[in-house]
Amino acid sequence: MAGYASFLGRRLVKAVFILLAIVILNFLLVHAAPGDPAMVMAGEAGAADEEFVAQLREQFGLDRPLHEQLVSYVGNVAQGDLGFSYRQQRPVWDLMMERLPATLVLTLSAFVLALVGGVLMGTLAAMNVGRWGDTAITVIALLSYATPIYWVGLMLALLFSVNLGWLPAFGYETIGANLTGFARVWDIVQHMILPVVTLGLFYMAVYTRLTRASILEVRDMDFVKTARAKGLREGPIVARHILRNAILPVITFAGIQAGHLIGGSILIETVFAWPGLGRLAFDAVLQRDYQVLLGIFFITSVLVIVFNIITDILYSLVDPRVEVS
Amino acid sequence: MNSHPRPFRKILAAALLSAALVPTGFLPHTAPAQAAEQPQRGGTLNIVVQPEPPLLILGLNQQGPTQTVAGKIYEGLLTYDFDLSPKPGLARSWEVSEDGKTYTFHLEEGVTWHDGEPFTADDVVFSASEFLMDTHPRARANFSRAESITALDDHTVEFRLKEPFPAFLLAFEVSSAPMMPAHIYQGTDYRNNPMNGTPIGTGPFKFAEWVKGSHIHLTRNDAYWQEGKPYLDEIYFKVIPDAASRAVALESGSIQQTQYNAIEPFDVQRLAALPHVELELKGYEFVAPMAWIEMNHRVEPLNDKRFRQAILYALDREFIRDRIWFGLGRVPTGPVNSVTKFYEPDVTPYALDRDKAVALLDEMGLEPDADGVRATVRFLPMPYGETWTRLAEYIKQSLGKVGIEVVLESTDAAGWVQRVSNWDYEMTTNFLYQYGDPALGVARTYISDNIRKGVMFSNTMGYDNPEVDRLFAEAAQETDPEKRQALYSAVQKILVEDVPVAWLMEMEFPTLKDTRLKGSTTTAIGVNESYADAWLDMK
Repeated sequence: MAGYASFLGRRLVKAVFILLAIVILNFLLVHAAPGDPAMVMAGEAGAADEEFVAQLREQFGLDRPLHEQLVSYVGNVAQGDLGFSYRQQRPVWDLMMERLPATLVLTLSAFVLALVGGVLMGTLAAMNVGRWGDTAITVIALLSYATPIYWVGLMLALLFSVNLGWLPAFGYETIGANLTGFARVWDIVQHMILPVVTLGLFYMAVYTRLTRASILEVRDMDFVKTARAKGLREGPIVARHILRNAILPVITFAGIQAGHLIGGSILIETVFAWPGLGRLAFDAVLQRDYQVLLGIFFITSVLVIVFNIITDILYSLVDPRVEVS
Repeated sequence: MNSHPRPFRKILAAALLSAALVPTGFLPHTAPAQAAEQPQRGGTLNIVVQPEPPLLILGLNQQGPTQTVAGKIYEGLLTYDFDLSPKPGLARSWEVSEDGKTYTFHLEEGVTWHDGEPFTADDVVFSASEFLMDTHPRARANFSRAESITALDDHTVEFRLKEPFPAFLLAFEVSSAPMMPAHIYQGTDYRNNPMNGTPIGTGPFKFAEWVKGSHIHLTRNDAYWQEGKPYLDEIYFKVIPDAASRAVALESGSIQQTQYNAIEPFDVQRLAALPHVELELKGYEFVAPMAWIEMNHRVEPLNDKRFRQAILYALDREFIRDRIWFGLGRVPTGPVNSVTKFYEPDVTPYALDRDKAVALLDEMGLEPDADGVRATVRFLPMPYGETWTRLAEYIKQSLGKVGIEVVLESTDAAGWVQRVSNWDYEMTTNFLYQYGDPALGVARTYISDNIRKGVMFSNTMGYDNPEVDRLFAEAAQETDPEKRQALYSAVQKILVEDVPVAWLMEMEFPTLKDTRLKGSTTTAIGVNESYADAWLDMK
């Protein structure tokens, strides 16, 4: 246990420095883009005069020198204050917390679906290698991998919402229905099906291929032969001996996917009008809503660091030969 | 869910067919079904809104989506008929003095704000002389013409102008001059007022809830001053960011109305053909957008009017209207949109004529080089969606045919505004609203007073013609409509000769709506209207 504690301690100290570097880098990058929020708002309003733009700049604090803005931003972040979105008239933290649950529900469901479905299908394919089941799974995986996900999303919406009328195509829940309790949960689940499947398909394909390849590599190794020679049944061999050794590359990739969760959800959230963080980020880029954008970068950086630590710990749990250090 | 299921194969076939065959220049101009039907009380209306408005305080933000949503919450003193003649709003009647300098408005009595406070002349004075003067660029331009704005009594307001300005009467619709509650804002920092999350207006619908990224919910104002109105119980504005998804939403019946450019032009005909959908083109007369190629006159050879004329001659604007906008819009003759007041049709026409274009370029001494290139210009297309990108590609091709090589550049919206407003471009596309009168929405593009670096939608090309300045200035103050027309006709003739910008399209926006929605488009501000008269046919 002490090993884990010191590992965590060291990683957290490192994380603080990484985060500081990320915050400063993001700040400079974001401000290096041409145009600023005052310009965007002037453009959107369809009319402007000098006074209008100057007032907005002053309100946004953009009239101060860049280094001053940077110092005050870093200071605020260190105190847990992610700033205020003048465009949306809300604190950045509140804006993100409103959106984070929708994104987490969506991406984690897609993550679980992809992981469970992928490992299951990959295992099935590997166990039936060369037979029609293997071919079918491989073809499906290849198709899911190669098709652009926004297209898959639109086609699913066209089929299941417009033509069959089975599933809702937009939003998080039925607007105006005022459902409570189980009815509301069921309503949300129905809304989740299309986006989760769309978002999950790509990674499910990746895990399927990874698992299949990895199992095929492991299943003829000596320790598996030994297990068979001992007379163990096929089920326990697959679960305990083969899969446990074959799963490491999948975990590596799952760690990477976890880092991509929010980025990957931008497209899906746009197609399915899902009120999540990905879309908030996308809008913030277009509107040069600096504070919101930096806030989202910050939160996602924290998430990536956390997922990395979890991945490292998982490695050592699955394969004790890997030490945390 | 309200769905209209249809066989998948049929839809695919229809989509393919419409992509392959339908784009002709013809679009049915469906008139609003104004049958003598009895409005029905009740019902929920779902409208798509995109992009999501940043906030709903109309005095602080005038973006298109803000206007559409907040137009139901706030009201102006006037609204305008399809021919742009004023109609009563919060002002029941009005007089203009003989000398054209004093405007007196008589307000409706018994109007209350959504929080129950009475609406009085003081709110009007506060809005026009304090709030909007501080926050609203367009209102500031209009109301700074006033010498005094006074409340004669609780329900009468008098605007005294420094000089006659007949376009003044067009400055009172809800987005140009929304009435703001003095009891909430007077003496506060308007932009940081804690009440900015919960708009309080006098309109037929009250703000109920805003789930960011998802929807805005408005409910019926039971204390509305027009007896028995509104008819609808509630309105939901749904935020749907993807254009294809918006089309699907209309198709599946989960929204009952789209507006402005919510639907890409190439989807309009297909959707309008659905049995439960109708297309309405009225309701944009007030904004009357005009699209053009903007050219930086500080750059050679764009500073030569022969070159700019050659560009207009080299473009087939019928083709642009028919194939790029799929029939939505009209080919302009000059700077004033034909639905805006004081439009002059009798000007030099610029039909497609490549020989003329080439002759003009020859006359300028621009000889083709070995590759047939006479001149090269950089072109920064407006980053407002696919249609503008296609337009840019078409322009590049067309100008290439007369030896003008066009180099396309790209940017996002923020970068575009920065570059154009700082004159860091050679050619770009742009479109501006005309607001009913040349003095409000046309002059600003061409007068030399308005060459202001860093300011978007000013005279960013740097066009400078003292005669044009003089005519616009005189026309703005002329109270005799006939003399005004003569001045505006003269200035239009000069501009068409000079081609300060190459006018491409009098744009028309499609309002696609469910056939059950009635009484929504009643004025020249169309979907930004209050919807006090809108109702749903539930039979």
